[in-house]
Amino acid sequence: MARNNATVSESAAAGYFERLLGFMRGLPILAWLAGALAAVILERLVGEPLAVALGFSKVPMLFGLVIIMGSPLMIPSVLAYLAVIYILPILVCGRFLGAAADRAAGKLMRLPFVITVLFYLALVFLILHIWSGISDYRLLTLKLTLIAVIVTLSLNLINGYQGEFSCSHPGFMALGAYGASVFSLVLFVDDKIFGLPYLPAWLGPFLFPLGLIAGGLLASIGALIVAIPSFRTRGDYLAIISLAFLFIVKSLIENVEIVGGPRGLGSQPDWANLPTVFIWTVLCVWMINNFVRSTMGKAVNAVRDDEEAAEAMTVNTRRTKMINFLFAAFWAGVAGGLFAHVLRYVNPGTFGIKKLAEVLAMVYFGGLNSVVGSIVGAVSLNLLSEALRPLQIFKWIIIPLLLILIMIYRPTGLIAFREFNPRKILSPRKNHEGDA
Amino acid sequence: MLFFFQNVVNALQWGSFYALIALGYSMVYSILMLFNFAHGDIFMVGAYIGFGIATALLALASLGSIAVPGWVILVLTILISMFLTSIVGIIVERVGYRPLRDAPRASAAITGLMIGIILETGNLALMGAQRVRFPYLIKGETYNLMGVYITNKKIMIVLVSVALMLALHQFIKRSRWGMAMRAMSFDFVIVPLMGVPVNKIAAMTFAIGSALAAVAGILFGVAYPVLDPYMGIGFGWKAFVAAILGGRGSIMGATLAGFLLGFIEIFVAMVFPSTFRDLIAYSIILAILVFRPHGFFGEAHSAKLRL
Repeated sequence: MARNNATVSESAAAGYFERLLGFMRGLPILAWLAGALAAVILERLVGEPLAVALGFSKVPMLFGLVIIMGSPLMIPSVLAYLAVIYILPILVCGRFLGAAADRAAGKLMRLPFVITVLFYLALVFLILHIWSGISDYRLLTLKLTLIAVIVTLSLNLINGYQGEFSCSHPGFMALGAYGASVFSLVLFVDDKIFGLPYLPAWLGPFLFPLGLIAGGLLASIGALIVAIPSFRTRGDYLAIISLAFLFIVKSLIENVEIVGGPRGLGSQPDWANLPTVFIWTVLCVWMINNFVRSTMGKAVNAVRDDEEAAEAMTVNTRRTKMINFLFAAFWAGVAGGLFAHVLRYVNPGTFGIKKLAEVLAMVYFGGLNSVVGSIVGAVSLNLLSEALRPLQIFKWIIIPLLLILIMIYRPTGLIAFREFNPRKILSPRKNHEGDA
Repeated sequence: MLFFFQNVVNALQWGSFYALIALGYSMVYSILMLFNFAHGDIFMVGAYIGFGIATALLALASLGSIAVPGWVILVLTILISMFLTSIVGIIVERVGYRPLRDAPRASAAITGLMIGIILETGNLALMGAQRVRFPYLIKGETYNLMGVYITNKKIMIVLVSVALMLALHQFIKRSRWGMAMRAMSFDFVIVPLMGVPVNKIAAMTFAIGSALAAVAGILFGVAYPVLDPYMGIGFGWKAFVAAILGGRGSIMGATLAGFLLGFIEIFVAMVFPSTFRDLIAYSIILAILVFRPHGFFGEAHSAKLRL
């Protein structure tokens, strides 16, 4: 009866919204990516004149979010800019290229899956490259966000998949940062602390991955100090031991004069460009996703859910916990190494309680036990942190408040316990088996 | 030798701050099974409330031209800010922790961390970035006891702390509310079925913990008169480690561990260069935790961290 009484316009509006949602769901990822590509190319071509015409001094950096917070009077201009540059191309591409994109996605899926994924990754990288090419600020934010994705994923392995509460991640990042920095500086840089380089400078970017791996391994070795005592016991002791480890690492670095002590270590070479950071992020997502979907990942979940039962079901709980913990620490070290080379300066003060709070916030905001959740958490909290900058000090009241609300209403985070299945995401929305 | 005893006196004073704050952590952990990471910032809030009250009382006294002795103002400050800070603690429990009572414990820990950040930032926004000076209340007098110099402030701090801890111990052991708290730490689920008002006990736990932290804050202000919004972080996290070192649920353990941490820090700084203080102190603590993970007075059976 209520439905009959609804006005024609209401039902039409509801129907329109549902049709829009249906239309959006029917679009394959390829269509969205094509739209995004069109959007960033459009921004490159006409962004600057359009922005000036709308009253900005330059192109709005972070989708106008910072401008919305800083000068609310410009909100209509921001919305106009967003509509023209971002929303319009995506809608147009979706509307007109939707069917063609679906068929193309179907054809792509028939190629070997590796090729398909590489194609999509190249497309995403192209979009990010063009988007960030406009300004250094965008490039830096993008790099730091990608690094945050790595850190969040690695902490999610321990907090989400294994169910422990670990406070030592900034310590692992510090070890990785200093490890990779020392590797670069000793081998390739004419530095006043470490002396002349041992290897020629052109070799540097090729051996940079080795440096990052060295930092990651250093972090893993540090993780042994935490893992061995705490995995002999059950319960909350990992939290305490990892906290003590955090203070120990911070104090240790501050006391080692050869790496600068509290003054920090600078002049890392500029090898952490966008392709490098992007490739490492993709590697991290791929490896961690494979890890958690494998038998080992299921074992980690089993250890979290009931350790005694897992032990009874032939899971070697001690070995599983160790491997998981060291693997997570490795990626935190890699992230630290990238962080040091992006900022080209690192000091022990960065890796204290504040960093711990940030990293924990990203994991619990995005969602436990979920690769998608970690990516969403890292990206959104980073964007939020940048967007709220004009509010200065109130940023650190709003972000914690937001997190408290999430904790109250969704205690495990926004997107928790969701599996990340690339095959499902990249597949076409309609079955094109019959097409030529 | 004299140097040694001098540092014993310093360590007793330094340790009593840790002990008072660690008591709050330990009580909340044992009764409510959660880590209250905002406790260090409640210590800071207590110090600032004490600063406000002391300044107000001094202004009142000078307005009325009454010559009020400094120690009277100090006692009044302690009492009033114990009361006010316990209200802050109750609000924190009500807003932050009660909605999460059935949630995974890590979520409550994160909430505590965030509340701590809000308290710090709120303080920064309200009082500005400049450090404030705790008002001068007690005239410092130094006594020479066989070559060891003891100030009256140090004596007062240690005596007040020990007195409060003994009072808390008696309260937990003898009173009905204390019995209810001990019962809750034994079995959280059954206790409400026995007619114990869980919400009231939780509020009371937080109130007592926050009041003790406020006393620690004011005593800290008396001893080291400079306050800044981030002073709670250092003390808070170290007192947290001390609370766990003492063992779950043990008042005596938290007290002893707090004093022990004070001793370790002071004596490490005595022997090694002071930049090594954190490094060696935490390495010692890590070593203790490796060999006795449940702390000095804790029991070996441990609750699994359910997420």
